[in-house]
Amino acid sequence: MTDAAVPTAVPTAGTDAPGGRWRGLLTSPVGVAASVLLLAVLVLALVGPTVWGARADAVDTSDLLAGPSSAHWAGTDNLGRDILARVLVATRLSVALSLLAITLAVVVGLVLGSLPFLLGGGRLARLVTAGVGVAVAFPGLLLALFFAVVFGVGATGAVLAIGFAGAPVFARLTQTLVAGVAARDYVAAAQVAGVGRLRVLLRHVLPNVAEPLVVNAAIGAGSALLSFSGLSFLGLGVQSPSYDWGRLLFDGIGVIYVNPAAALAPGLAVLLAGLAFNLFGESIAKTLGVPVVAGALRVPTRRSAAPGAAAAPTPAAAPGDDDLVLDVRDLEVSFAGPHGPVRAVRGVSFGVRRGEAVGIVGESGSGKSMTALAVSQLTGDDARVEASRLQVLGADLRAPAGPQVRRLLGTSLAMVFQDPMTSFNPTRRIGRQLAEVATTHLGMGRREALDRAADRLGSVRIDDPQRRVRQHPHEFSGGMRQRAMIGMGLMGQPALVVADEPTTALDVTVQQQVLDLLADVRAADDVALVLISHDVTVVGEVCDRVLVMYAGRVVEDLPASQLSTAAQHPYTRALVAAVPSMDTDLDRPLATIPGRPVDPAHVPDGCAYAARCPLATERCRVEDPELVTSATGGRVACWHAGEPLPATAVPAAEHDTLVEAP
Amino acid sequence: MSTTASSVAAATDPASDPATVPSYAGPRVTHRPWLRFAARRAGRLLVSLWVLVTASFAMIHLIPGDPVRAALGPTAPAELVAARREALGLEDPLLVQYAHYLQGLVTGDLGTSLGSQLPVTDIVAQRLPATLSLALLAFLLAAALAVPIGVATGVLTRRGHGRRTELAFTTGSVVVATIPDFLLGVVLVYVFGVELGWLPVAGNDGASSYVLPVLALAVGPAAILARIVRVEMVGVLEADFVRTARAKRLPAWRVHLGHALPNALTASLTLGGLLLSSLVAGTVLVENVFAWPGLGSTIVSSILTKDYPVVQAVVLVYGLGVLLTNTLVDVALALLDPRSMIRED
Repeated sequence: MTDAAVPTAVPTAGTDAPGGRWRGLLTSPVGVAASVLLLAVLVLALVGPTVWGARADAVDTSDLLAGPSSAHWAGTDNLGRDILARVLVATRLSVALSLLAITLAVVVGLVLGSLPFLLGGGRLARLVTAGVGVAVAFPGLLLALFFAVVFGVGATGAVLAIGFAGAPVFARLTQTLVAGVAARDYVAAAQVAGVGRLRVLLRHVLPNVAEPLVVNAAIGAGSALLSFSGLSFLGLGVQSPSYDWGRLLFDGIGVIYVNPAAALAPGLAVLLAGLAFNLFGESIAKTLGVPVVAGALRVPTRRSAAPGAAAAPTPAAAPGDDDLVLDVRDLEVSFAGPHGPVRAVRGVSFGVRRGEAVGIVGESGSGKSMTALAVSQLTGDDARVEASRLQVLGADLRAPAGPQVRRLLGTSLAMVFQDPMTSFNPTRRIGRQLAEVATTHLGMGRREALDRAADRLGSVRIDDPQRRVRQHPHEFSGGMRQRAMIGMGLMGQPALVVADEPTTALDVTVQQQVLDLLADVRAADDVALVLISHDVTVVGEVCDRVLVMYAGRVVEDLPASQLSTAAQHPYTRALVAAVPSMDTDLDRPLATIPGRPVDPAHVPDGCAYAARCPLATERCRVEDPELVTSATGGRVACWHAGEPLPATAVPAAEHDTLVEAP
Repeated sequence: MSTTASSVAAATDPASDPATVPSYAGPRVTHRPWLRFAARRAGRLLVSLWVLVTASFAMIHLIPGDPVRAALGPTAPAELVAARREALGLEDPLLVQYAHYLQGLVTGDLGTSLGSQLPVTDIVAQRLPATLSLALLAFLLAAALAVPIGVATGVLTRRGHGRRTELAFTTGSVVVATIPDFLLGVVLVYVFGVELGWLPVAGNDGASSYVLPVLALAVGPAAILARIVRVEMVGVLEADFVRTARAKRLPAWRVHLGHALPNALTASLTLGGLLLSSLVAGTVLVENVFAWPGLGSTIVSSILTKDYPVVQAVVLVYGLGVLLTNTLVDVALALLDPRSMIRED
């Protein structure tokens, strides 16, 4: 926000108590420095002429254009007057004229910016908007020069010039802010109630836009001060015998070879005062507008080889480990949070064999996506990933990847992400984005790689691939982009496809196409698939095996065919029961799992599901069950695995629904 | 799935009005958005031009009192004032003057200087190259400094990294950006001209004369631009498509420069355009610091001597420079990110 070059709208926080928020200004070192500096400038403006006035005007013909000395710290001018005193005295005029100019700019801007609202749309309102739009495109200095010609050379002319030149920016800002507030319900309500537009503007709209306007006016005061000095420096502002900093600079640059301090002293004054206003404005903008992020607590990335904290190494997969394309043991993913680490994944172990399709299901926040990202080394930089084993095709992912591992992963591990709309680079053609894989990892030339890209697009059933490779992502529909993403994974020779909610962001009608495509890819070349989804039905349809995750752990691992018949864990059974089927009675509320998912920052002792579980006993709340081989041959982590559920699980309306809306 | 016409039409940006969405059925695909974009952009340019021309015409009429009397001073004989008013066409009806003004612009006749009696067109033609070269070099330098610095600090301060670097960089760049170009000019004159005597500080005598004015103009915009590039870079590095690029296991430099940078630049360009036009205006002050023989020193001296035809012409030229800059920025934006053509308005 504060990084913008021009004054920008600050999101208003609305109706918070102002006192507490303004106090935040004094907690940042920059804010304190700016406040102190600004206060000093304002005090100087008040007392300067009284204290140093006489000294500044004392002519001493015996000491003309002298350099800095103990008597005159910044030397003297061509009449022997003390430069430092003149700079201090000039504070009042410089600051006062700038404040006058910025006030004019805000007032004119406020009027111009409110006009479209007052006029209530229509041709005249559009004309004002367009006029402001044209004026904003011109730099302030150019507008100021224009108005300086019109209003004439001198202090009054310069105030008017800078005021009018600054107005368009504030008009645009007001317009944006007013339009934002006017769209709110209570303004509409007031208008419906027959309150006049002017009244609505004064009563309801302006009080709500005052804060960002004031903030920007503070920043604007700094710019006005600099502009005013500029105009005076050009000889178009304050005229002799009056003087502001710009005028002193104008006089000083002429004698810079004789007494450089004559130019440097007023220059420094302009700089400090301008900085004071700017930094003060930006600090309050930051204090009022942007919520404080607990960013200082972030831990740098570390993919350490240390095994995950408490959990003892568990046997991950059945014998035949050589066949594993993916081998994960004791995977932990955590983030630094305000109250200690947030453990998104807490000791997950599983393996995926060549050609096998494994689904990972769970609610939002269960850690399933984090598991997928950790497996592909794509967690954010602030995540901490630990595991006792993390191998893809035999390559250890815990160490930083060398070129060979990168090539291996680049060609044999394919990712499909949730949102195809944002997962392609909008500025590059689809073909180039696909071809990049081949040029980087397969040593293909550009032409050859593009041909392969077209071929791959064809293989994921995109018509006219030769034309499509030349298009940008925004020319593709969501379903097509997702297929193109799969095609991108097929540029190499994938052995493993990790698909993170690949159908969630898609239209229901194209979801099936994408699932079919994934199934085909898998069948064609014995490719393993890890499919992350919150949708049990999708996973049951596509996968051989299902891992059910809850609160960062795998709670059950079972063949997909047993999902609806032989699930052992009460959570799995609740998931399956929550899926509406053809014979669900639609007059009754849909089944849900009562209670809320566990907050990863506050994982309870014992079984994390205990609070929501109808079978929970005292032991569940104290002791966390291990993932062990179940009666039906899968793995399950539950003290009461397979026990019959009590009949009355009454769904409550206010509880979270399990099946998330697509 | 068979790609029917209807499903392809759905490929267009859903935000745009369905009625105006071009059908992507034929080879027109790549041409039509460009045409529409060019037409709209040209339309806006024309409107702005008209406003500019009218404002520069109106300027002389907005001045309270008689501009000729003001120019010649209170002691000038009334006959001279009347003759000069006649020569300037100020006695004609306003609309006729406007028509003459437009006609003059089309034929390249910008009037005659009240001071030197030279054709204004000649003055502009003689002065423009010095200003233009100054502004262009300054912009190139600003971009050449800002983009690498912004990208590097962006990568260093991406999420979860370099909190201290970020604080140092943002504070430092605010301070540098606050230094007005003319003040920096004064300091440069002092350091390199007065104290060290390395570089010429006034006039334009060859390449070495460019160094200080170009530096004075470029440093502030470079600091602002670097901040913008950094912020955009940090944001873009969080984008899904950067994750996609990482998933392709591209080398880090390709992820940063090939995928993140173009997207960071598109967003930066929008604000960079404003910067560029303010740089054009900044030449006015800097030229006056360095006694640079360009349009900037011309307009100031003309305002002071009330040589209105020259002032009008120079305002027009500066305004034109700004408008062309903004248009070029939009075109560059469209080239970098074709979506911006559709998104506009």
